[in-house]
Amino acid sequence: MQVIFDSLPYLLEGLRVTLYIFCVAIVLGFILGLLLALLRLAPIKVLNWIAKIFIDAIRGTPILVQLFFFYYGLNSLEFVSLDRTTAGIITVAINAGAYFAENIRAGIQSMDKGQTEAARSLGLTATQNMRYIILPQAFRRMLPTFTNQAIISLKDTSLLSIIGIADLTQQGNVVIASTFKAFEIWLAVGVMYFVMIYLLSLLSSYLERRFELR
Amino acid sequence: MTTMIEVKNLQKKYGDLEVLQDISANIKEKEVVCIIGASGSGKSTFLRCMNRLEDITSGQVIINGQDVTDKSININKIRQEVGMVFQHFNLFPHKTVMQNIILAPMKTRGISKEEAVKKGQELLAKVGLSDKADSYPGSLSGGQKQRVAIARALAMNPKVMLFDEPTSALDPEMVGDVLEVMKELAHEGMTMVVVTHEMGFAREVADRVLFIDKGVIVEENEPVELFSNPQHERTQSFLSKVL
Repeated sequence: MQVIFDSLPYLLEGLRVTLYIFCVAIVLGFILGLLLALLRLAPIKVLNWIAKIFIDAIRGTPILVQLFFFYYGLNSLEFVSLDRTTAGIITVAINAGAYFAENIRAGIQSMDKGQTEAARSLGLTATQNMRYIILPQAFRRMLPTFTNQAIISLKDTSLLSIIGIADLTQQGNVVIASTFKAFEIWLAVGVMYFVMIYLLSLLSSYLERRFELR
Repeated sequence: MTTMIEVKNLQKKYGDLEVLQDISANIKEKEVVCIIGASGSGKSTFLRCMNRLEDITSGQVIINGQDVTDKSININKIRQEVGMVFQHFNLFPHKTVMQNIILAPMKTRGISKEEAVKKGQELLAKVGLSDKADSYPGSLSGGQKQRVAIARALAMNPKVMLFDEPTSALDPEMVGDVLEVMKELAHEGMTMVVVTHEMGFAREVADRVLFIDKGVIVEENEPVELFSNPQHERTQSFLSKVL
């Protein structure tokens, strides 16, 4: 037990890095996902294709390969210089974005056509319809799948320890290297991830209740 | 009286299926025109072509002097002047009754919230739902929803109102309230085009009734004439089934 208390400052520092990367990546990922979903549904074929190819490429390759590509691959080019954290955030954000995109697209397409017809018949533009009528309703429906993706992305951040980002997992490694208490430390790290994810699902069920479809 | 809607040689195809063939019609200002016909006859499609909710294959629809089929025209501006009421109400379920009503006037015309709410209150009073302003559509009955939908369309001060089977999805005891509101509108001089199965309403309120079958206007006349003395064999057959 003592070893956990002693290493707590290190682990908490790792937790801070994990939370920081997760928060930035999930926000960027969500914006990217929304953008990709709108491109997928845009009335211009070329845009549909671009979004589809991008989504397929991300979903069709392992996140670890993407991480190596963004960090080692891109950095091997002369004109690129990405630090670890940026490469890590990009990887998690793009990955989340591709999955968000498909969830958002499905959510938008599941909306009753009558909603759009009513909005357009009142003279609202396609953009206003999307913003005031379709997306607010679609987002409420999609909240459970958003939570799911957020949880997956949070856990994905632990992969970033491989390129040496000092996140919670990496800090666990570091502490074990000096204390040799693998059982206690990995248990503590696991509990810390679990608590974060549990809080995330609590937040999600609160939001679901708050924005219940009437 | 001036012409409000002029339909010239309207044709609508879904692939090879010709839903409307060469329809021409005139609707005058303050006129109430009911469109009747069997399901699948094309009457709803005809109505939905008027504000271009359906793409028009060929022909023209001219509303208040503006050609709806002209690609260079801003269709949103035209739709602001053309109210529409749907069979399934299509209220926005995430917004309160008042928010449903004030959204379009505020977003499309830039009217202030105070002004939009004031107008909304007047309209809710008119349709008999003043106490429902803060309710969500999910808590209303079908008849109440449809009256809110009418108020929402009226909030844009439309020059003409299109009704697409407004009472077909209602329980029988709700139909009367909605028809009452529509009658009042008609008496105030609103130009109305109503696709309906309510022959009683057509007989009582309409200035003219169009009978559509297989995508063409088979017969049109004043309601009394059309109902009591249909000229065309297809009209006779249809009326004998519904009257």
